[in-house]
Amino acid sequence: MTTSDWPLWEVFVRSRRGLSHTHAGSLHAPDAELALRNARDLYTRRGEGVSIWVVPSAAVTASSPDEKDPFFEPAADKPYRHPTFYEIPEGVKHL
Amino acid sequence: MTETTRTPQATVAAKAPRTRESVHHAAALALGDDALVLSHRLGEWAGHAPVLEEDVALANIALDLLGQARVLLSMAGDEDELAYLREERAFRNLQLVEQPNGDFAHTIARQLYFSTYQRLLYAHLATGDGEFAGLAAKAVKEVSYHQDHAEQWTLRLGDGTDVSHERMRRACQALWRFTGEMFQPVEGLDFDGEELRAAWLESVSAVLRRATLDVPEGPQSGGWSAGAGRQGLHTESFGRMLAEMQHLHRSHPGASW
Repeated sequence: MTTSDWPLWEVFVRSRRGLSHTHAGSLHAPDAELALRNARDLYTRRGEGVSIWVVPSAAVTASSPDEKDPFFEPAADKPYRHPTFYEIPEGVKHL
Repeated sequence: MTETTRTPQATVAAKAPRTRESVHHAAALALGDDALVLSHRLGEWAGHAPVLEEDVALANIALDLLGQARVLLSMAGDEDELAYLREERAFRNLQLVEQPNGDFAHTIARQLYFSTYQRLLYAHLATGDGEFAGLAAKAVKEVSYHQDHAEQWTLRLGDGTDVSHERMRRACQALWRFTGEMFQPVEGLDFDGEELRAAWLESVSAVLRRATLDVPEGPQSGGWSAGAGRQGLHTESFGRMLAEMQHLHRSHPGASW
């Protein structure tokens, strides 16, 4: 198995209409067209999807684990930012 | 050795009355054996394919074909008995599908030739009202993907490096003489062999040209070995493949998980 010279691709699958694409995993492929087909074979064989995106992993800019605290810590102790302090009036449906 | 023991299948087949049912069975066997044998060949790649992703892709195609084989063989009799207990001479598959995997290019050339044929044939059968219309309509979607897979790889290998081009060229050439058999009439199947050949040639030639490969020259059948799989004559490597495919069932009849 020599995949070292093939780029890595991130796979996003939409499980059904109306939902957004969700990250499913990654794979190696020589180009985008084959990445799409490999993704079909690896991630949608059991009816999991209606649409696939493949993105070169190199094109993803990720937050760094070193910046975890400045990025995410300040949000942890502010529960008032969550919309949970409203009383829901009676008779409101579909909420 | 008497005539009967030498070619039991041929003798039985010759004496059997040509009822509508036996004709239907013969057609189901031909299509079912194609799918079964190619499925097994592709399954041999499991754990050996050039890359993990391709390992899975080939296994998926093999499983699609196995599903088709189960339906078709069940139309002709008991699927396990037919798959595991027949002798080589009783198999009715094309010689093309039993050819060894060779290198990856050989496998892709075999896929290109066969899946193009299978898609055209099944698309045709699906429009009719014969016994196979339902199965063909369902299978043609799977087969279209198999054809696409083979095309994608033919393009990349043919129009790739010098080495990949040369290997793909060699593979297309080596398997060419097994392609003529696909257009022979099959009892119980309603299709025009020459029409099918023309459509097949057009489709395959277009892919080969895009892949910067020449359409192989030479006869599509003939010679001492090519072109009698449907009559039960098979090539050398088929016996070995069959032995591997059948040995578990023959050693442990009725074994289950």
